Amino acid sequence: MTPLLSLQGASKRYGGVQANAGIDLNVDSGSIHAILGENGAGKSTLMKLIYGVETPDEGEILWKGAPVRLTSPADARRLGIGMVFQHFSLFETLSVVQNIALIVPGTQADLSRRIRALGDEFGLAVDPAAMVHSLSVGERQRVEIIRCLLLNPELLILDEPTSVLPPQSVARLFDTLRALQAKGMSILFISHKLEEIKELCDTATILRAGRVTGRVDPAAHSAKELATLMIGRPMPPPLHPTPHGVGEARLELVGLDFANDDPFGVSLADLSLTLRAGEIVGIAGISGNGQQELAALVSGEIVPGNADCIRMMGRPVGDLGAAARRQMGFAFVPEDRLGRGAVPEMSLSDNALLTAHGRGLVTRGFISREAERAYTTACIARFDVRTIGPDAEAGALSGGNLQKFIMGREIMLNPKLLLVAQPTWGVDIGAAVDIRQRLVQMRNEGAAILVISEEIEELFEICDRLHVLHQGRLSPSLTTQATTVEQVGAYMIGAGDHSA
Amino acid sequence: MNGFDFILAGTLAAATPMLLAALGELVVERSGVLNLGLEGLMAVGAALAFITVYSYDSHAMGFAVAAFGGAALSMVFAAVVLGFAANQVAAGLAIGVLGLGLSSLIGKKFESLTITGLPKLSLPLLSDLPFVGPLFTQDIVVWLTALLAVAIWGVLNHSKLGLIIRAVGENPHAARAIGFPVLRVRCAAIGFGGAMAGVAGAYAATVYTPLWADGMIAGRGWIALALVVFGTWQTGRVVFGALLFGALSLGELAAQAAGIGLPSQVLASIPYAVTILMLAVISSNRRRMRLNTIASLGQPFER
Repeated sequence: MTPLLSLQGASKRYGGVQANAGIDLNVDSGSIHAILGENGAGKSTLMKLIYGVETPDEGEILWKGAPVRLTSPADARRLGIGMVFQHFSLFETLSVVQNIALIVPGTQADLSRRIRALGDEFGLAVDPAAMVHSLSVGERQRVEIIRCLLLNPELLILDEPTSVLPPQSVARLFDTLRALQAKGMSILFISHKLEEIKELCDTATILRAGRVTGRVDPAAHSAKELATLMIGRPMPPPLHPTPHGVGEARLELVGLDFANDDPFGVSLADLSLTLRAGEIVGIAGISGNGQQELAALVSGEIVPGNADCIRMMGRPVGDLGAAARRQMGFAFVPEDRLGRGAVPEMSLSDNALLTAHGRGLVTRGFISREAERAYTTACIARFDVRTIGPDAEAGALSGGNLQKFIMGREIMLNPKLLLVAQPTWGVDIGAAVDIRQRLVQMRNEGAAILVISEEIEELFEICDRLHVLHQGRLSPSLTTQATTVEQVGAYMIGAGDHSA
Repeated sequence: MNGFDFILAGTLAAATPMLLAALGELVVERSGVLNLGLEGLMAVGAALAFITVYSYDSHAMGFAVAAFGGAALSMVFAAVVLGFAANQVAAGLAIGVLGLGLSSLIGKKFESLTITGLPKLSLPLLSDLPFVGPLFTQDIVVWLTALLAVAIWGVLNHSKLGLIIRAVGENPHAARAIGFPVLRVRCAAIGFGGAMAGVAGAYAATVYTPLWADGMIAGRGWIALALVVFGTWQTGRVVFGALLFGALSLGELAAQAAGIGLPSQVLASIPYAVTILMLAVISSNRRRMRLNTIASLGQPFER
């Protein structure tokens, strides 16, 4: 049987990086086909080639056996290819139906009716008149899927669709995808989560460093075998640090309220938590439930004014700015690396200076270039940052390498209290394990660490306790070892608050 | 004619040059591009239109030449900010200065000459109304500008073209990912804005005050820019701001004629100060500002 879509020797290069090298791929009609690979393996580039966002440097794309040249997403849509992007391609200031009208022909009244009909058929309920900025992440994903389905695609591409969903919504998404498959649609499912692929997909093509390293039936292989194909060696074992004694309180939130006047933001209500020396406490939850606001309040980017609602090292700091809090032994790794964590246009040396200026890098107001360079070189060496040296521009590093550098810069300050937001976003598995190990090591040496993360598995691996942040409210403290992923998932969708 | 009738009759015409330029800039900014060169584009349009009308005695031709000239000069801006992804603030200021210089160069021989403006048309019935009647006797361009404002409002808010322009302005990367040609959309918007600025200058130099004098745009391009930003990129608020400025600038003339004992420089500055103040109050609502601000405004787009 002729495959619906087939790629032969597709290659794509960005500057010095070979993102895809000689990729062969066959997607059969009516199958759910997984593309498995870790961050940076070239999955997203491959999808962009298939959807016409980029054109391959070499190789051919065949649709139903005939060679095609896709120069724009409109070409791909005409053939019958639809794509749901990882970072949604929706416009926040437009309504749901306006977003859909951008690429689907028809009047808005007619489209609204069809949106509702599709929602009923495939469990994708969403209000056509709602503004996108008011929707949850799960609802946005439904809008993206509906937008694709309205064009009657034969192939639907989903790029890391579960990375933004709580566990319960993942099951619901899988039901939707199976219903689509039953109607004869083919699905390309991109993920780095092995269990999901084993559960959902008929076939998997595995990518590593831009090349195909395997074509397997995922159900017939163990997660361990798949992981070996994906990262080139067995998956590192999880850490699960042993519990040990904790010391004095280093961070206390006491009924912290924050009324946000940003219509795209979240207000926080009555947050209370205590973080002690020698423990890691995790904040779980889907991004957009107040994570950014919480990080800004703890780091001092937003100063709530009421001194007593935030206490660090036992002292009220609610009226202190970021610099004063850092002087007390607080350090912070923000979630956006370019812009908050580092200045992209500045060298690594100068970026190190930004938070380490108190470490003898400045004398009488003048920068000591030698000390700055030595400090940066030490950070690069200790944290295995792959770069040409301390003079490299921060913006030129890959996401994972820059994250290691920023983590290293903050860890070298020997903070008493460390806040890390999304420590391993976009970082490859090897580096992610390394970063988690460093955090546990710091905890064992007596630091207090607050980790905000969307990756539940990560939080279960390293945290002593968890809170779940949902719509600006914190769940009670949950001891990790006595809690299940399902319990945390219930809090993530708000079901834990009321006995659902 | 008393002061009230004077203001009522003249406000629309006084507001028209700013409004034309601001409506064009509104479309440009909605697509995510900030063109600070309005003052220069208006000056070029004014000089070209005056020369054309003086030489060929055709207002239609004058407006057409001005629109073409404004669009052509704005294409230089487009080439720099879209083609080379240059800083839009610097490029816009440079184009503005270039336009002012060009206008004095080509207008030099025509300094202080005059032409005849356009006849006023009275709307039947409405212009006979007591009290507000004078409002409805205006030249054709004023009426066309009013229609254009409604049309631009309709296109931006209720058409697919408007959705595409807004999508490109809010998130050019997402717009490209679903297949819209971001740079072409922005280039077309810049060309439209340039043509509108040219027409605005043409109205100022051939209809509102039918004479050419170097520097005659006198800051109206900058006011138009302020109207767009303080009007929070909403067509209705931009129109309101332009009318307010028009009325105040006539009020200032009426006050001077009535011999109010204030130095003329102070009086002359009042329309600018009050317009900015009023619009600043409108836009001081942070929530409204955040909802309406163009997310990618002023940021170069590179694939």
